[in-house]
Amino acid sequence: MVVTTSWYLALAAVLFSMGAVGLLVRRNPLIMIMCVELMLNAVNLTFVSLGSDLGDLGGQLSVFFVLVVAASEVVVGLAVIVAIMRRRQGATADDLSVLRG
Amino acid sequence: MVDLVWLIPAFPLAGFLILTFGGRRLGEPGAGWLATGAMAGSFLATVGVFLEMSGRDGHDRRSVTTLFEWVPAGDLTVDVGFLADPLSLTMCLFITGVGALIHLYSIGYMHGDGGFRRFFAYLNLFAFAMLMLVLGDNLLITFLGWEGVGACSYLLISFWFTDEANASAGKKAFITNRIGDWGFMVAIFMTFSTFGSIAYVDVLDTTATGTVATSTATFIAVMLFVGAIGKSAQFPLYLWLPDAMAGPTPVSALIHAATMVTSGIYLLTRVNPIIADAADWVPTLIAWTGAGTALFAATIAVAQRDIKKVLAYSTISQLGYMFLAVGCGAYVAAVFHMVTHAFFKALLFLGSGSVIHGMDGDQDMAHYGGLRRLMPITAGTFVIGWLAIAGVPPFAGFWSKDEILAFAWNENPLLWLVGLVTAVLTAFYMTRLVILTFFGRRRYADPRPDEVEAAWASATAAADAAVAAASAAVDAATADAEARGDDLTALEAVVAARDAHEQAVAARDGILAAAGARPEVEAIALEGAPDVGPVVDGLPEAVSSRADHHPHESPWTMVLPLVVLAALSVLGGLVQLPFAASTRRLEHWLEPTLFGNEVHLSLQGGTLWVLAVVAVAGGAVGILVAVLAYLKRRVDYRVFERPILAEAWRLDRRVADFMGGPGRVGFEATANFDSSVVDGAVNGVATMVRSEAGLLRRFHNGLVRTYAAGIGVGAVGLVVWFLSRTSF
Repeated sequence: MVVTTSWYLALAAVLFSMGAVGLLVRRNPLIMIMCVELMLNAVNLTFVSLGSDLGDLGGQLSVFFVLVVAASEVVVGLAVIVAIMRRRQGATADDLSVLRG
Repeated sequence: MVDLVWLIPAFPLAGFLILTFGGRRLGEPGAGWLATGAMAGSFLATVGVFLEMSGRDGHDRRSVTTLFEWVPAGDLTVDVGFLADPLSLTMCLFITGVGALIHLYSIGYMHGDGGFRRFFAYLNLFAFAMLMLVLGDNLLITFLGWEGVGACSYLLISFWFTDEANASAGKKAFITNRIGDWGFMVAIFMTFSTFGSIAYVDVLDTTATGTVATSTATFIAVMLFVGAIGKSAQFPLYLWLPDAMAGPTPVSALIHAATMVTSGIYLLTRVNPIIADAADWVPTLIAWTGAGTALFAATIAVAQRDIKKVLAYSTISQLGYMFLAVGCGAYVAAVFHMVTHAFFKALLFLGSGSVIHGMDGDQDMAHYGGLRRLMPITAGTFVIGWLAIAGVPPFAGFWSKDEILAFAWNENPLLWLVGLVTAVLTAFYMTRLVILTFFGRRRYADPRPDEVEAAWASATAAADAAVAAASAAVDAATADAEARGDDLTALEAVVAARDAHEQAVAARDGILAAAGARPEVEAIALEGAPDVGPVVDGLPEAVSSRADHHPHESPWTMVLPLVVLAALSVLGGLVQLPFAASTRRLEHWLEPTLFGNEVHLSLQGGTLWVLAVVAVAGGAVGILVAVLAYLKRRVDYRVFERPILAEAWRLDRRVADFMGGPGRVGFEATANFDSSVVDGAVNGVATMVRSEAGLLRRFHNGLVRTYAAGIGVGAVGLVVWFLSRTSF
């Protein structure tokens, strides 16, 4: 059985969907950030698999950009979550609606 | 020297700036001398430019000096530049010359006034604006000066602004002038869209070639005429000038007689090629407006008792003569009359100011009389001004008025007739003014009609009170007698009280009979002091304190300008004597600015002589009638002083009633339209945006997962859209 590019793309789609659904249904901010990471890495998987399939280094190059962005996003996101948790124990994402119109 | 033409307005501007910003230490009279010095410097600069210009040939007598580019806006370029030519220099000569004299006069007149420095700052600012008006090389600079003199006029009319009447007179002048300014502005816009330039040199040279459509020239000329009648107080926009007399008298002399009010005639003379290209009815309109205003204002001047009001209506009338001249194409005669009028009317106003000064601010001629012995120099110079304005040869006014009448005859004998009647009326009312002020008996110490009436009223009231008191005493005595059982002494007291009552009733009847039979107090007591009979003790103390008042001659700073202006009023005619081409100096000098639009008389010499003799005879009739009525008292003066004339044909009040009644409804409707429709549209847009935003606000619910879902739906939507556009 040959593992073709389509397998990788299918896996990426499954991972992305899990991340997206998790982001929409979970209320714990930490879990939501993990879901975002899952989605980002699903995209990374499509980049490397298509880059390898098309013989284009650009795909692998993009992955580094995404990794750097994901890392800095986690840094900022976790800092925000820690700050919120200090202020309000056990806060969920739906509790944080001060900016509603 | 011609390049230094900018010095002419620079002197008064510098004077204004120094007086405004650095003048704390310049008190009285330093501020006055500084302002006068600035005007004298300006006059010297004008003379310098004039001397060089007068040495040049006709076609060289025009010089444009550009200081800097002021408004560079696309096709429109406006420079701050000065046009020195015979017309503007003639204006400058008498503006700065007469202006300097009036500044000098003001040092004496404004002595002791709290606003001394402010007054001279305004005067210098006015002179600057007026000089910009006449020297500007384009319509916009002229308009700048035009608005500047309007603002200074407002500031100076309401100079004593703590009095409500003065403040509203200033506002009236300013607002009435708005109508004229509207015409001027429309004319400027139209000029730019027609010629692509508003510089006089371009506009006039283009127009003089006759390439402008008649309809365009007509429109511009009419709009400029609207501007001119506002500033020069012609019918129907004259209403502000009589009220402008609320300002200090030197202001009336400088602004409202000699300079600012002539700027309308200056403007029309300046644009004479446009009037020449306009339809034929435009000059006719100008001529008839002028003639009509001249006659109308002269009839009002006949019945005014305020000395300055007479001179104000006289000014309107004389400005009407100038418009008549412009309408007849006699631009030289208009400028000539403008110059001589500046001399003699400034003289008359300053003379009246000297009288008012001597009479402690009283302006009612009914209280004057016999002042010639007390103020000999004022009286002597005033008589010269009177002879000049009445058209008595060889004084200045005769030559200029006669020239205008000759041109009027040339145009239409009816115009001449109106001018002649006006001349007769002018001679009449000026003679009346001179006699009431300087001749006859002194009326200052007389009890005034209202004081006499008040004395009679209080005497009658006192008699009534005495009767009431005596009647009460009778009742008391009767009651006392009844209580004491008809005791003899009590009965005697009753008899005594009844006698006293009868005496009081008799005294009251006497007073009432005297009051009923008393002669009516004349408004102007020419014959003798009013008979106050039995109420002489009831007059207020003001009457006896007035008897101690002695009118005095004014200080030399006020007398000297009078003497100089009197000399000019005698000699002013020399600039334009009609006998030969060589004696028509003003015509020769002005020729280059008139582009050959000056009408030439087609009359024979004999006709001119006849016209002159008729005009002089008319003036003599006016003088004679006034002498008979006011000095010899052969004719009752009340025949001439009709109430309707004293109230200026009630036109002012009608306008006020209209503006306060139906006009006000219109204004309020406009204000309502503004606040409901215009503001409503603006506010409605804002309200609509607000309510729409309120709907959109619901989507911003603060739940981060909703936003994520939105992004997801949006992304899917975009994908679907792209896929649907792709053809497989």
